[in-house]
Amino acid sequence: MTTPPTLAFRFDGVPYSGLPGDTLAAALLRNGVRVVGHSVDLGRPRGVYTAGPEEPNALVRVGADPMLPATTIELREGLEAWSLRGKGRIDPSAPDSRRCDKAYLHCDVLVIGGGPAGLAAALAAGSAGARVVLLDEGPRLGGDLLSSRVLLDGAPAARWAGNAEARLRELPEVRILTRTTATGYYDHNYVLAVSRPTPEAERLWHLRARRVVLATGAHERPIAFPGNDRPGVMLASAARTYANRYGVAPGRRALVFACADSGHEAARDLAAAGVEIVAVVDPRADGQLVTGTTADAAGVLDGVLIGDRHVEADLLAVAGGWNPVVHLFSQSQGRLRFDDELQTFVPHLSAQAERSAGACRGVYGSAEAIADGLAAGAEAAALTGYGAPVAVRVPDSDQGALRPPARLWTCGDDPATAFADLHRDVTVADLARAVGAGLRSPEHVKRFTTAGTGADQGKTSIVAGVLGALLGVTPAATTFRPPYTPVSFATLAGRDRGLLSDPVRVTAMHGEHVARGAVFEDVGQWKRPWYFPRPGESMAEAVARERLAARTAVAAMDASTLGKIDIRGRDAGEFLDRIYTNLYSTLPVGSCRYGVMCGADGMVFDDGVTTRLGAEHYLMTTTTGNAAAVLDWLEEWHQTEWPQLDVRFVSVTDHWATVAVAGPRARRVIRALAPEAAELAFMTYAETAVLGVPGRVFRISFSGELAFEVNVHWQYGGALWRRVLELGAVPYGTETMHVLRAEKGFAIVGQETDGTVTPQDLGMGWIVSRRKPDFVGRRSHLRPDTARESRKRLVGLVAEEPVPEGAQLTREGAAPAIGYVTSSYPVAVLALVREAAEGERLVAVDGARRVPVTVVSPVFYDPDNLRRDGDPEPDDLHRDGDPEAGELADPVDPESGVLEAVSPAAGFAGRFAAASGARVRVREVPFVPMWEVRGEDPGRGLRLGPAWWLVVGGEAPAGGVEVSGQRTVLELSGPAAREVLMTGCPLDLHPRVFTGHAQTTVGKAGVVLERTEPDTYRLYVRSSFAAYLAEWLLDALDGI
Amino acid sequence: MMLLPCPHCGPRDENEFRYGGQAGIAYPERPGDLDDAAWAEYVFLRDNPKGWFHERWFHSGGCRTWFTVRRHTVTHEIRTAP
Repeated sequence: MTTPPTLAFRFDGVPYSGLPGDTLAAALLRNGVRVVGHSVDLGRPRGVYTAGPEEPNALVRVGADPMLPATTIELREGLEAWSLRGKGRIDPSAPDSRRCDKAYLHCDVLVIGGGPAGLAAALAAGSAGARVVLLDEGPRLGGDLLSSRVLLDGAPAARWAGNAEARLRELPEVRILTRTTATGYYDHNYVLAVSRPTPEAERLWHLRARRVVLATGAHERPIAFPGNDRPGVMLASAARTYANRYGVAPGRRALVFACADSGHEAARDLAAAGVEIVAVVDPRADGQLVTGTTADAAGVLDGVLIGDRHVEADLLAVAGGWNPVVHLFSQSQGRLRFDDELQTFVPHLSAQAERSAGACRGVYGSAEAIADGLAAGAEAAALTGYGAPVAVRVPDSDQGALRPPARLWTCGDDPATAFADLHRDVTVADLARAVGAGLRSPEHVKRFTTAGTGADQGKTSIVAGVLGALLGVTPAATTFRPPYTPVSFATLAGRDRGLLSDPVRVTAMHGEHVARGAVFEDVGQWKRPWYFPRPGESMAEAVARERLAARTAVAAMDASTLGKIDIRGRDAGEFLDRIYTNLYSTLPVGSCRYGVMCGADGMVFDDGVTTRLGAEHYLMTTTTGNAAAVLDWLEEWHQTEWPQLDVRFVSVTDHWATVAVAGPRARRVIRALAPEAAELAFMTYAETAVLGVPGRVFRISFSGELAFEVNVHWQYGGALWRRVLELGAVPYGTETMHVLRAEKGFAIVGQETDGTVTPQDLGMGWIVSRRKPDFVGRRSHLRPDTARESRKRLVGLVAEEPVPEGAQLTREGAAPAIGYVTSSYPVAVLALVREAAEGERLVAVDGARRVPVTVVSPVFYDPDNLRRDGDPEPDDLHRDGDPEAGELADPVDPESGVLEAVSPAAGFAGRFAAASGARVRVREVPFVPMWEVRGEDPGRGLRLGPAWWLVVGGEAPAGGVEVSGQRTVLELSGPAAREVLMTGCPLDLHPRVFTGHAQTTVGKAGVVLERTEPDTYRLYVRSSFAAYLAEWLLDALDGI
Repeated sequence: MMLLPCPHCGPRDENEFRYGGQAGIAYPERPGDLDDAAWAEYVFLRDNPKGWFHERWFHSGGCRTWFTVRRHTVTHEIRTAP
């Protein structure tokens, strides 16, 4: 016989060794360590109390984990653990090398708990053909069977568990997850579970089950007697587990307080393990009670008081009865009842598609639990449409019939040292005080005493029972809340950290902006260039230079992030008339019109320019932040109110890359790019080639200067931007854009508006049609509060010193606030103010500062719109004396300068290749021609919804909106492709279920997911999300 | 996480949807004919029952279909609306 290898570990810096298979608690007991920590309030020494996740005492710090039960930590070589005084503290500097992720799993039957009942349930359901997931928190299946000396069919109970597991592993549709704890049970059978397959990896499982079988077992409960917290006092079942399963004697001389039969079982098993049993005190037999304990100088148990009798003992095993683990059942909103015979709460009424089996519903005994589990599994299989399971015989057991426990919660006459909640240091005296204060409900007592609120969630707390005893009533249950056991934030975050914490949306020009040293700002999920500093330049200097270029020469901004919605149909104009405050049905084809849309409450919701591309064809632009909300809005009104209108919407935001070219010399740049568009009249558009590729040019302005917006498909965006700058345009960012528009008094939705501002408040009464019978919001504009004259209106302010946005405005003296600053730049300040006339003096309050301001017109620049058409041509190519403005290069010959195409994930090709292997491969399939069809079935393509298709490849379908630039295709293939997708896609990807395609999410990116081959998936992702999804996939591949 | 029965995509997780509030509140035929109280009723006032509620959902992360269900606001039991 060989000696098993030992594992070296340290506890509080002291070296010890244990055996493989030990928990840290077992190893500490093996080394004779009795004191494992001190209590939170009273600082009393405490020892190992349980052998499972219910542990109230032996909580330790390991690495970055501040507080773990030593009873659940698997011993490993080199483990270092530190004791706590009641509660852990997070050390932000502690290294955390764990890799956390999540995964989605769907099944017919989810079995929680791999003890006798759970194994039996999984066997029954699995053998009937159901897709089963079986979870167990331990490293081995078997639950109590591993700790028991019960014989099943004449053999050790663990053998039955081993056989059951072997049969389960032969069933292809059964998935076994060990070291996995179900922590939360939510609506519609959604269960979260945490897996710790290795100390270095954690996974949060999102499980959706058609039926759930709860087989979570029971926790033994203590009795509250004086000194019941001393190291050496332990639950009887735990003492038995250490003796039977780990071969550790938790003491030499043991006294057993057997208020339930598990005490006698423990006494037998401890005696068999060589522990001297000095007495078994069973109040049911002779009325004797344990009334106190004595301790040595270290506070460790050295004797037990039974009335007047003192018995020397270093182990007191307490069997107070069993508490079924009803936490998940209660979380599922199931109702509990108190079982008078079992003296405990058991499941009563189910609220979801679940059923409890075995000890967690008070069915104790190994064979009884197996029988109950088989019935539960068979029932679950039948309810999910499967046939009869393969018959499993219930084994014969040598366990005797169990008698009810003693009706006892507390005893002894020193309630101040009789603990009802060890972890929170709550004693019977504390509970009596709460009752004395008039509290009756355990919910109130819990909050008053903090009992049950510790990291152990009061799993061994007997507050409800003691309270019932004190009040002389039947115990009442408290609410069980997730998580069942603590879950670290790192686990919840999974891979959504750092770069992947939220999708970063980028435009086709993003790489160009980075190369040019742009400083970015976050606008929703977008990264937008805020300004483009030259070396050594401050933000203020950069913005002043960019502004001057736009006002005196030519400047360019990446405007790709604006939402773009293609709108078609016979009634498109009529529909827009109802949505916008002004008229679109009368807009001439080829013309653009600025519009504002309001909610039904009359408040400004969004704005933008909409262009009539054809008789029944419009293109709407929205603000960057509202693009998705506006599309939702249009579809809501169309589908729910006006389905009779013939109108269809397709988002083309990512399809088009947009460069705004602004400044008196903008026409020169446009002439070089798209000569046909150079002479466009204000607020018109042209469909035209842009340097050899299909494009659209709009003559619209958000700065007051001559300006164009040039659109090309996504893949040409980067090249277009480069060319525009080569032509002399100075790049400008969102800050300069805001300055330019503020000078013109143009409001920005979300800056000047906050959901309480009407178009009239913004001085835009001119845009609100009086001719139309109705539009969304019109009736609200007539409400007394909306129509009153005394509302806040948009004004300009001249400030004597800088005032911050958000500063409140008052009249001179201590008057109440009458408005606030909405936009503040050195050259223009805008505010919303009530009843203030131009020329009036107000005070802007900025903390302690009071800045005098004067009300002026909100239009600071070019009030007569003389700048709109730019410089008369021809002008000088190089303006003298204006070195700040950009130099204008010679126009490029359009024939020779066709724009180069770059796909959205082109930059990832090298990393994709490096990350691909035999198990899984990833690549981009670039430049796939695509169209969206809303309306008639094109007879091919991916159906995305009712009357909605994505046509991929081939010729343009009738009525199709080209969206080739809207998405790119990432392809994931190989035998592990599904495992990768499972870590980010909430759909059921089981090959029997997911055979075609679906719209879903992967990570946090919306995708159309198509299974093109058994092991090949295509992800159609928005171009702006492609870089995020590529990073996400590379990270996922790294974990496979 | 509730599971909502999208009429086109089948049951999907709640976070793919946008909530649309009480169902059956039609936009008035002639808003101009309503007095202020009636208009305010339409714009601002909704039921908030404890029990069964007829409500709208929008599958914004999928097929972009609006649909209505009946949901029990206490148990979250969902029944497809007639």
